[in-house]
Formats: sequence, structure tokens, C-alpha cells
Amino acid sequence: MTTEAAAIPGLKARRASFRPWEGNTLPVLVIVLAIVGLWYAAALAMNWRGTADAFERAGEARSAPEIALATMGQERPMLPAPHQIVFELKKTVIDTPTTSRRSLVYHAWVTLSSTLVGFGLGTALGIVLAVLVVHVKTLERSLMPWVISSQTIPILAIAPIIIVVLGSIGVTGLLPKSIISAYLCFFPITIGMVKGLNSPDPMQRDLMRTYSASQAQTLWRLRLPASLPYLFAGLKVAVAISLVGAIVGELPTGAQAGLGARLLAGSYYGQTIQIWAALFGAAILASLLVATVGLVERLVNRSMGARTA
Amino acid sequence: MVVPMRASTEPAPRAVAGAPVVDIKGLSLTYEAADGPVYALSNVDLQIAEGEFVSFIGPSGCGKTTLLRVVADLEQPSGGHIRVNGVSPNEARLRRDYGFIFQAPALYPWRTIRRNVELPLEIFGISKAERRERSARQLELVNLKGFENKFPWQLSGGMQQRASIARALSFDPKLLLMDEPFGALDEIVRDHLNEQLLRLWDKTGKTVLFVTHSIPEAVFLSTKIVVMSPRPGRIIDIIDASSLGRMRDLDIRETPEFLQIAHRVREGLRAGHSYDD
Repeated sequence: MTTEAAAIPGLKARRASFRPWEGNTLPVLVIVLAIVGLWYAAALAMNWRGTADAFERAGEARSAPEIALATMGQERPMLPAPHQIVFELKKTVIDTPTTSRRSLVYHAWVTLSSTLVGFGLGTALGIVLAVLVVHVKTLERSLMPWVISSQTIPILAIAPIIIVVLGSIGVTGLLPKSIISAYLCFFPITIGMVKGLNSPDPMQRDLMRTYSASQAQTLWRLRLPASLPYLFAGLKVAVAISLVGAIVGELPTGAQAGLGARLLAGSYYGQTIQIWAALFGAAILASLLVATVGLVERLVNRSMGARTA
Repeated sequence: MVVPMRASTEPAPRAVAGAPVVDIKGLSLTYEAADGPVYALSNVDLQIAEGEFVSFIGPSGCGKTTLLRVVADLEQPSGGHIRVNGVSPNEARLRRDYGFIFQAPALYPWRTIRRNVELPLEIFGISKAERRERSARQLELVNLKGFENKFPWQLSGGMQQRASIARALSFDPKLLLMDEPFGALDEIVRDHLNEQLLRLWDKTGKTVLFVTHSIPEAVFLSTKIVVMSPRPGRIIDIIDASSLGRMRDLDIRETPEFLQIAHRVREGLRAGHSYDD
């Protein structure tokens, strides 16, 4: 084919001219643009019917390009266009005072506070369970099956039960949500820590034995430091799930505030833009949390003499 | 585990002057493997006096490392009699009578060299000031002064192993148990460390049990060479090499006396079918 033959030298030339850009930025940018492009295409396709029907009901005859343009500006679209979500985020994050109930920052803070409490509880529980399992041989057989089966129960099924049970003994507010969050996030920490606490090689353990070190001394001076890389891997997963746990915990309570409440309200009233904005808020929050854990990890690694690549 | 005791002939702990530091009679260690019992040690008799440098040599599977680990209470014998400093290996370990040096440096990678050397002192509850003082002294002894704040990966293999020796010396045990400490190092570094080790041994007067599979290393270092053989793990020959003197330099390896001892070691290994495959 002649067109193909003509295109190849052009392609090569373009590649060569792109050389100076080669790095991480370009591929990342291309992928982002591709996703946004696909999204717009999907928004166009999914909103077309509703938009066309609306014009028809109003008795207005519109051309295809006019309908296409209108699909990008629906009040309750099937799939909001990216710019609609950006505007909604700007409106609810920047233009609204953070004390207002319409502010996404306010709702994010409500969810973040129960996330952080849940993450703290889950981390403590995860580490304590791992230490117990490693030190008491019978617990490995008797406790671990419960730990694993706890994660096979769908959280959506058990969250209302936890809320109701805790509510009946007078525990309400932030704590029940945190407990659901902790329930989800202790698991990767326990699994990682059990592996990490057992990671020292036989020589490193024999060394402690030759000093007739106590179990506690071996734990503090060998097992715990050796387990930190595993702990951080677990923490990164756990912090993201603890946010999910906090959001799920907000759904069955009919919570008045929080990202979960925002999602629920959005779905009641068909406010798809609000739902998507809340989802993006949650995603941004999760990324910030994971990045924070990563930062702490790097600081700890540096103080522990890890090789700097 | 029960180690039969010969109560009547048992010397009181540390009562008799010149009592052996390590006293082994009829020691055996058998363990069950998938394809039948393995006789790791069979009827081993050995006495080691204070201040001796004893090498254990033999092919893999001859039980030399196992024997060292029995002395260190890291393995339990299935029969026989063993006393370390007049007490059972377990009691000796509990009162921290020995320092053990492994095949690999086994430094904790998250600790600096200084804090690695101070590890046993921390465990023994020694004050920070004294820990600093002792680690500085030991690091100087193994020529690692100036590397206190480095992490293990920043040091060469030979330097790491020297740091592990400093760690074993830091709490001043009378007995040093060394399990092929220089096996992973190249010959040039190994020669150098052998000379340093000999000087250290002469200076400190410690009793050293040293496992190796190198004949020149065994002859060069030792006052006594224990030749061992596998299946079952046993002692073939015990060769006295004290005639070479305490302080030796590497040139001694060319002397007829050295070669003669090395020859006898080789003969012992051959008699134990160590060269059979």
C-alpha cells in the first residue's frame, strides 16, 4: 500500500524528533490523554439517547452535532464528562467554605478522621496478632483460620451488623466506622508481618541464641527490624482499604456526612456528577494516604541504612 | 535430650586447674532423615585444653560443623558426654561462655558496624558508655577503626567478617567457636585474615575451635588438628602442630615441618576415604 509506505519514513522522523522528550512524562501524558479521550467518547455514546429523548420531548428538532455537544452538559448524565467532574470538584472543594455541608473537603475530613482511627486500630491489631502467631505455635493453627475467614465475609453484609450491635451497646459516631475500617485493614498487615517476623535467616537467629537472648530481646532487636519492609508493604495496602472500610461504614448508617454519605445521597437523587466527584475525592485521598506511607517508609529506610539506589 | 553422666569420674566444675575447656567422650548425634538414620557424629572423644587453637578438618558431611554446634548448644547430641568449661553446653551458653563466628558475617543490615559490635553488649545489659568503649577497642583490634558508622553493605566481605569477629570478642568470651569463617573469601584476603587471627589469638590467649576445609589454613593456624571423616561422622586423627610455635608468618608454609604436618593431614583424610566419591 502506498499510504503505508509513505507513512513509515514520517513515523521514523517523528520518533527521532521526540527523543529529547523521552522519559517518564511523555508516556504518562499519552496514557492520561488516551483515557480522557476514551472517556469523552463513552460519555457521548452513553448520554446520546437521553439527550436526544429530552429534545424530542421538548418538541425541539436538533441536528446530530448539537445533540453531541449537549451530551457533554447534561445535569444528570448517565456518565458525566471529565470537565463536568472537574467543575464539580472545583465548586465543592475550592469555591465552598470547608465548614459548609456542601463542601467536599468537609465530607472528606469526616471520612478521613474515621479512616485514620481505623487504620491506627487495624495496624495495632495486625501487628499484635502477627507477634502472637509467630511466638505461640498453637495460635498459628487456631487463630490464623479465623483471621483468613474473617476476610471472606463480604464487608457490605457485616457492616450493618457491626453498626447495629455497637449501636445497641451505645457506641455510635466515629468509632463504629473506624472498627469496620480496622476490620478490613488489619489483614494485609498481619499476613505481611507474620512473614516479616519469620524472615531472619537461621544464622541471624542462631546468633541471638548464642547470646542466650530472651524472646523479647530477639523480637525487638531482630524480628521487628527485619519485618519493617513487609510491614510497609502491608501498610500501603491497608491504608487504602481502611478508606474503603470507612466509606462502606458510612453507607448503612445513613450517615449525614462523609464521602460515603455523599455517594449515597448522590445515588438517591440521581446526581451522577456528585457521585463521580465524591469518587474522585476518595481516589485522591487514597493516593495521598498511600504516598504518605511511602514517604515514611523512605525516611525509615534511610535511618536503617538501606542502600540508596 | 539426656546426656548420660558419669557421676563418679565427673570433675567438679572449674575446680581442677588445667581441666579441659572442652571435654567430649563417646559423643554421638543421629537424626532421622527420609531415607533412614543419618549418623552425623559417632563415638567422638576429644579434650581441648585452655589456650589451644584447634582446627576441625574434613569433607562435607563429616560432622565438623555439627560438632561445633553441639559445643555451642545449637544442636543436641543423642548420646555421650560433653562438658564445656566444666558445665553442660546449655549452661555454658546461658552464662555466655563462648563467642560464635558463623560462615557468613551475619551482621544485621539495619545496624551500623558499631551497633552490630555492640549487639551482644546491649543484650547483656551493659551501659552505653561501656559499650562505646568496648566496641571502639574491638574495632581497633580488627583494624576497622574509622568504619564505625558505616552500614554492613558498605564494607567488603573480609571487612564484614572482621566486624563479626569484633562482635564475638566484644564481650570477651574465653572460648571462640569459628565455623568456616573465611570460607567465602578469596585466598589473598583469607591469608591476611589468618595472620591477623593468629596475632589476635596470641594476644588474647583465648581457646579457639576452628572449622575449615582448607589443609593449609588448618596447619597454619592450629596447635592441634582434628581430622574427621563422614558416614558416620568421626575423628580419624588428632595431629599435634604445636611444634610450629605460637606466632607464625605465612612463610612458614614453605618449611619442611609444615609440609610434613600437612602431609599427615592429607593421609588422615585419605584413610577416612575422604577422597572417595
